[in-house]
Amino acid sequence: MKEKLQQIREKAIAEIERSEGLERLNEVYGLILGKKGELTAVLKGMKDVAPQDRPKVGQWVNETRQAIEELMDEKKAKFEAEALQRKYESEKLDVTMPAKMRAKGNLHPVTQVRNQLSEIFTSMGFEVFEGTEIENDYYNFTALNTPQDHPARDMQDTFYLSPEFLLRTQTSAGQIHVMEAKKPPIKIISPGKVFRSDDDATHSPMFTQMEGLVVDKGITLCDLKGMLDEFVKRIFGEDTTTRLRPSYFPFTEPSVEVDVSCFQCGGKGCKLCKGTGWIEVLGAGVVNNKVLEGCNIDTNEYSGFAFGIGVERIAMLKYGINNIKLLFESDMRVLSQIDD
Amino acid sequence: MLAPLSWLKEYVDIDCSPKELEEKLFSCGFEVEELKELGADIQDVVVGLVESLEPIPETHLSLCQVNAGAHGTFQVCCGADNVKAGGKYPLALVGASVYATAKDHVTIEGVMKIKKGKLRGYESHGMLCSGVELGLTEDLYEGAGYCGLLVLPEDAEVGSDVKPIVGLDDWIFDIAITANRPDCQSIYGIAREVAAVLGKPCREPALDYVTTDVKRDAFKVTVEAPDLCPRYIGHYVYDVKMGQSPAWMRRRLALVGIGSISNIVDITNYVLRELGQPMHAFDYSFLEGEQIVVRRAADGEKIVTLDEKEFALTNNNLVICDGNKPVALAGIMGGLNSEIKDDTKEVLFESAKFMRDNIRKSSRALGQASDSSAIYAKGVYEYTTVMAMKRALHLIDELGCGKVSATHVEASVGNSVAPTEMKVSVKRVNGVLGITVPNDEIVRILTNLNFNPVINGDELTIQVPAYREDMDSYPDVAEEVIRMYGYDHVVSTFMPTAQVTLGGLNLRQKSELKLKETLCAAGAYEGIHYSFFSPSDLDLLRLPADAKERTAIELLNPINIDLSLMRTTLVPQMIHAIARNQKRGILEGRIFELGNIFVPKSLPLDDYPDERETLCVGLFGAEEDFFTLKGMAETVAHALNVTFTYEAAEKPYFHPYQCASITCEGEVVGYLGKVIYEIMDDLDMRVPAYIMEIDMRLLSKWYGKAQIFTPLPKYAEEKRDFAFVVDKEMTCGAIEEAMKEACQYITEIKLFDVYEGVQVGPGKKSMAFNVVFTPKDEEFNTEMVEGFVKKILKNLDKKLGITLRA
Repeated sequence: MKEKLQQIREKAIAEIERSEGLERLNEVYGLILGKKGELTAVLKGMKDVAPQDRPKVGQWVNETRQAIEELMDEKKAKFEAEALQRKYESEKLDVTMPAKMRAKGNLHPVTQVRNQLSEIFTSMGFEVFEGTEIENDYYNFTALNTPQDHPARDMQDTFYLSPEFLLRTQTSAGQIHVMEAKKPPIKIISPGKVFRSDDDATHSPMFTQMEGLVVDKGITLCDLKGMLDEFVKRIFGEDTTTRLRPSYFPFTEPSVEVDVSCFQCGGKGCKLCKGTGWIEVLGAGVVNNKVLEGCNIDTNEYSGFAFGIGVERIAMLKYGINNIKLLFESDMRVLSQIDD
Repeated sequence: MLAPLSWLKEYVDIDCSPKELEEKLFSCGFEVEELKELGADIQDVVVGLVESLEPIPETHLSLCQVNAGAHGTFQVCCGADNVKAGGKYPLALVGASVYATAKDHVTIEGVMKIKKGKLRGYESHGMLCSGVELGLTEDLYEGAGYCGLLVLPEDAEVGSDVKPIVGLDDWIFDIAITANRPDCQSIYGIAREVAAVLGKPCREPALDYVTTDVKRDAFKVTVEAPDLCPRYIGHYVYDVKMGQSPAWMRRRLALVGIGSISNIVDITNYVLRELGQPMHAFDYSFLEGEQIVVRRAADGEKIVTLDEKEFALTNNNLVICDGNKPVALAGIMGGLNSEIKDDTKEVLFESAKFMRDNIRKSSRALGQASDSSAIYAKGVYEYTTVMAMKRALHLIDELGCGKVSATHVEASVGNSVAPTEMKVSVKRVNGVLGITVPNDEIVRILTNLNFNPVINGDELTIQVPAYREDMDSYPDVAEEVIRMYGYDHVVSTFMPTAQVTLGGLNLRQKSELKLKETLCAAGAYEGIHYSFFSPSDLDLLRLPADAKERTAIELLNPINIDLSLMRTTLVPQMIHAIARNQKRGILEGRIFELGNIFVPKSLPLDDYPDERETLCVGLFGAEEDFFTLKGMAETVAHALNVTFTYEAAEKPYFHPYQCASITCEGEVVGYLGKVIYEIMDDLDMRVPAYIMEIDMRLLSKWYGKAQIFTPLPKYAEEKRDFAFVVDKEMTCGAIEEAMKEACQYITEIKLFDVYEGVQVGPGKKSMAFNVVFTPKDEEFNTEMVEGFVKKILKNLDKKLGITLRA
């Protein structure tokens, strides 16, 4: 009996060693350990073994079976590892081939800047008021201290829709609506499209402005400077400083142009700042008393400041966009560049 | 405005460099747009003395020995006919730069560098120059117009730089004048500011003159339209000797770009530039009826102006008439009929204030403009009107070109030209600025600006000159003080007295931002297009005559027809954007725009129109189809937390069988579809485009609402699949609707397979749906679900005649 088992064992080992794949291994398993396998047959013949020999023979059989199974498992693990390796190899990729993706789009550069500005000012306690693109003469001009025969009307070429209605030339029009509807303290920004009859290399008949207005007790030119200093640091970087210089807008008195130190050269003078070290970014001033009085705000108690930012101008400066018209053509090559 | 440094120096002792002056002007509100040295292109040209010369045989050239002082003596070949031994001429040394002229010796063709040369075998070390080669004209420097060498004065120092001798060392400031300072539209006006910023006195131009007797004593002036002409001054000058004006006057006019015409006309132009007051000179002999009448023109009345253009006038135009006829278009241009001629013997000078708005409007309406109308349109002060007449008469005297009579006729509404007193609180002036400017600084600054300030306690009293109509109250005083004190004194504060405000975006603004960001995440790029478009865009869309999109607001003064209508739909610009991209070789992409369309309540516009916020999404490329577009619609619905349903619809610009309406809460809010082939053809588009437009105003009723959590179902959901064979025309939407109608527990229906082919027969298709039933209050059992299925099948049979696929 022992010899027989030894025979089976040797044969099994030889077969297992000789098998070249999982399939053959399973066949070998069937031949030895399957229902009709040789070892199974021995087990089946146990009833013919003398009862006193059975434990011993049982032990032999088990030992044989264990040895065969161990070897088989070992062999199987090897085959499986090889198969997996082949699978991996069969899935080998040229990882330098192009990516497959639905690229994320992005917001328009003007919207991106508008959102950045919004974020800065809302964090300072400003609300956002959006006026209408079509305004009447009163809100766009007269209430902003620019009556019919005022020289400042010539400063902007206005698109008219009727003798009374026009395309707003400035988001400042929003100031009046807000002051009519709300009592101080007022802190608003008013972003939106504005229109001027200019169409050349550096002008677009439509562009975006963001007006800001603060009306409260004791507001001064120094407060305007303080707020603008903070604003330009956040938008152009910590080292940016501002410079005020006199200018004229009918709705502010005093009026100032605000320059920022050139963020490209740090003020040394370069192509961007035309060698001056300064870049003009916005117009501002102390709100003209006539404007406040027109909205029934007591100038003995309240004062304010206002500023107007050209959003495209900031976007062009910040991202180095060289032509304003590119912003309104929806060229995918332009739209896909800035994701700030 | 052009201001030569040499002219400014007539009024102010300027002791700083032109660059420093530019900076000072900039700091006090006058931006110098360009600062140009007159002789910037001319370098290394010195006074040369021709010591001897001999003709070069068989040529017109002379070989000159030119002494250039410390620079040495040079042999120079010269072809000019006026070269003489002992003469002094500009010598361009080797390495110098001068202007190159064309063969005519007059036209400048650029700047050239002088090199050592050889003419006919003779070496030439430099070049003797003409006036033109130095950039001079006869008006800029007498004798410079001669087509030969420029003859320099005998006392010119040999070897010295030629520029100061011929006035090329002058600087021209081109200064931007803001609309609140029309008083600075003149050399003298700028000089007043220069004096103030330098803290130096400003000399007034000489205004004195000697008069003879009253002549033409019947002469009178009547202003019939004092609302348009508050002051009209006429003065009679006789024994006029017409001729050329003196060199100094011609030079100054040339420096500011005005050509000399004759002494009388030059005087009017000189005063215009010097003081900013337009003047006119009539040949008195052509004036009929011994009078001037200033009145509105009769409708249809005609005038021929100096430039020989005829205008038919209206009642809105102001004219200057004699006893019979119009002789000038007020403030714009004189009439040809009373023009100053070479033989003019008597002159009527006019100095008047015309209202700016009238001149501006007339000038625009008639399409006729002049230096005068440009200045009037910005504003002229009566202070200057009075001063200008005195100045013109002084110049007549000074030039000796006529006799000033005592006939001076002035019609005025009585406006004062004296200073006005203004009292303000020093505290309030400082209150505007947020700093305390020392009182002595305030006094110094306002004194320099001719305000004669006096401070008494908190009260500041100033005398506002009549040319400063912009001064109104304490903020104006604050501005005057700070622009001279320096904006660098303004310190940064952060609203220490202001109340705290919360700020932030409102719910609608937040929803829009979220929508935009979601569309970006879905691969779309945001575009921004103009708010106006072209009438042809409406035709591009094949919109019928009665389409609501055709009721669009027109711009009265558009830049061109393509930008002449306020848009009533965002679709055409999106199609153009896609077509443009395709033309540039970009054949796939996703673009969206969130912008307004403009719906008038009535036309012509007499009320604010409805500005409706609208979303437009455009997809193009081989990977896109109707359903990727519908996917974008679903993305929008998801971002805004609303539900859309779709039905087949028609739009003239969308594919007849690939167009749907979008409904939200029972209301159609938009359309989506494939752009028709005809439009693709029109715009040479290579790949199809799919476009969706949604009225965000209608939708806004449903989005931006507070969101509430729905608890997860307590009981297990049940799923069942259905497969039907239906007519090819049957829609998915109809089946879904009939299913939903039959069972309230359906929470999701998903079409997962559509098949057309031999197995289902011609004209048929098979559709397979997966339906989810979600229990509400109790657990489902098999019988209940079977019951739902039965009800659904019954309703489908009843409504649509559909049965389960066998």
